[in-house]
Amino acid sequence: MAEPTQSGAEILLRALKDQDVEVIFGYPGGAVLPIYDAIFNQNAIRHILVRHEQAAVHAAEGYARSTGRVGVVLVTSGPGATNAVTGLVDALMDSIPIICLTGQVPTHLIGNDAFQEADTTGITRPATKHNYLVRKSSDLARVVHEAFHVARTGRPGPVVIDLPKDILIAPAPYMEAGPATQARYNPRTEPDPAQIRRAVALMKEARRPVIYTGGGVINAGPEASELLCELVRLTGFPCTSTLMGLGAYPAKDPLFLGMLGMHGTYEANLAMHGSDMLLNVGARFDDRVTGRLNAFCPDAKKIHIDIDPSSINKNISVDVPIIADATAALRALVAAWKQDNATPHTAAIAGWWQQIDTWRGKESLRFTQDFRPGSIIKPQYAIQRLYEITQELGRETYISTEVGQHQMWAAQHFHFTKPNRWMTSGGLGTMGYGLPAAMGVQIAYPDALVIDIAGEASILMNIQEMGTLAQYRLPVKVFILNNEYMGMVRQWQELLHGSRYSESYSTALPDFVKLADSFHATGLRARTIDELDGVIREMLTTDRAVIADIAVDPKENVYPMIPSGAAHNEMILGPEHETAEQSSRTASATDAGLALV
Amino acid sequence: MSAPFDTVQRTATISVLVDNEAGVLARVVGLFSGRGYNIDSLTVATVDAEHQRSRINIVTSGTDMIIEQIKAQLGRVVPIHRIADLTLDGPHIAREMAMIKVIATGDNRIEALRMADAFRARIVDATAGSFIFEITGATEKLDAFLELMRPLGLAEVSRTGIAAIARGTHTI
Repeated sequence: MAEPTQSGAEILLRALKDQDVEVIFGYPGGAVLPIYDAIFNQNAIRHILVRHEQAAVHAAEGYARSTGRVGVVLVTSGPGATNAVTGLVDALMDSIPIICLTGQVPTHLIGNDAFQEADTTGITRPATKHNYLVRKSSDLARVVHEAFHVARTGRPGPVVIDLPKDILIAPAPYMEAGPATQARYNPRTEPDPAQIRRAVALMKEARRPVIYTGGGVINAGPEASELLCELVRLTGFPCTSTLMGLGAYPAKDPLFLGMLGMHGTYEANLAMHGSDMLLNVGARFDDRVTGRLNAFCPDAKKIHIDIDPSSINKNISVDVPIIADATAALRALVAAWKQDNATPHTAAIAGWWQQIDTWRGKESLRFTQDFRPGSIIKPQYAIQRLYEITQELGRETYISTEVGQHQMWAAQHFHFTKPNRWMTSGGLGTMGYGLPAAMGVQIAYPDALVIDIAGEASILMNIQEMGTLAQYRLPVKVFILNNEYMGMVRQWQELLHGSRYSESYSTALPDFVKLADSFHATGLRARTIDELDGVIREMLTTDRAVIADIAVDPKENVYPMIPSGAAHNEMILGPEHETAEQSSRTASATDAGLALV
Repeated sequence: MSAPFDTVQRTATISVLVDNEAGVLARVVGLFSGRGYNIDSLTVATVDAEHQRSRINIVTSGTDMIIEQIKAQLGRVVPIHRIADLTLDGPHIAREMAMIKVIATGDNRIEALRMADAFRARIVDATAGSFIFEITGATEKLDAFLELMRPLGLAEVSRTGIAAIARGTHTI
């Protein structure tokens, strides 16, 4: 082999380019200066300068979730790396493919408590799918290619590559990506045909079936969503989705029951509870979905499709496990359903739909908006209008959220018809996720409408990214449902802690209109119902970043709700549905919930 | 009750073949501590220098569902190549070695020697007032020998933890 003529930093960028990287979200520092110097000398890869390393990871997540590509992050050693950790765990929990390049002190200083040294691989080991410390120049290119393969293959996730400064400076040889950089990691993606036959046999026997889908369908790519629609229409089975899976199946379709779980619809949760056959596609029986495990779908035969064998039989033991990529499994199920000669129990399923329709009749998401001038805005109504007006405009719309009540209302009242349009922190529940995630989406789709549905508390956790929006002229819309509370905390304090609002009120809030102005964005405010539509329209038609501060009813809570530790059939409906029988059941269900999260 | 609430515990001896690279043991140990699994014994050593492979033998315990979960979680670790549940896969041999220091004189010294002979423990060091016995065998055999030595002047123990391998032609 010829003597290497390029520095480690140049080899790194060459490898990124060969991995089709177009954009990096990062923040410079001493240990990564050689990389920034190499970035300065090229045009193939664009660098987006964020204002905090956590936001760099969330921005890369938003980019990855909306495009299906790998998001790339570049941060310096020490605090650069530790600031990125929250984003890495977020990506790990939600299975988002991320490459995070971290600077490190030179190899001869590692372990000496050098300036800005941290044990990055030690700290990020449980925060990543895999991580690397590159100790030899000759390993660099191979590690980068393998890292991309690991991040995007199987169940996707974040991968850290820790890069000592001397490795970046010294000349390094290049190596192309190929079989050698993929040999170590080859998870199974094709389903076992015998399990597919068993699954179809159970589906044909079903009288009260439900299809429950999750983020795995989104991660598998748009074809998985198409195949899911085909399967649902072919079978006529009701379909529900987790928070992570919204958009895989069109929300307005009559076969869709809405989201399930803690704040899912009445019909979705009762259909789960009453089902005799449950097909889970790419979801992981999360505690926010299952409720109390020993009362979960008590009569259902369970089929579970997941690419990660460790998700199967972790919380719920299933009758037919199918370890496969969702696209491959759904394709096989559609084909096997068509081939199978058994007739489904059409009459029984029609009866099941009648039952579901009576549950639907409850209108569990119902709320009452007072339209008299000067009335306070209901947060649900604000989202409903945001949805309706974006539909009128007809532009491609991407929604991100922060975490809390506004997130659940967004999931309930903003309806998605396509995958990859919904970016939310599901597993980790990271406040401060939405603004940087929206930024990442807007970088990927400069002409699309990108809206961060936020709360006034969450938005302050990464508000500094308004600076990034200004620098790159990203017209992200921040739609704040401002109830002057950490609303979800307050809701739980009402439910479980005698309404003692310990530290859950937002005090000394900034003036969001002036805040927008100081960050070179447009600030808007709606105080009453008569101002709402005007503010939404102005926000959506303004061609630059906007913060819309919407004052909403501070007392509103998210319903329906399955209290932690309760079963699907022990839902609490909202004040709209208040009856004596429900309030007594509420009391008993929440006592057990006290000890739970 | 169905499997999620199964409370029957079993012991499992799990062997994994890993790339011999920095941090791989920390990954395995961190997985166990992070997810609250037990480690009753753990051994690790290079077994194939040419291909840079090490073998980690872990004795753990839990319900069937937990043990299956442990194996699945191990399967996600990139530098882990093979996983064998020796307890489940069929007959296997598990051995450990211990060095046991007994400080004793008089009758106790004579009795310790007699017992060491009965257990086929070797004397690897002796002074006028002490012995170090080396004993190899199944964990139960070592436990039994240690119990016998305890009243006779047992002063210090160093155990390796188990190495295990499947019987017959079956390989990991």
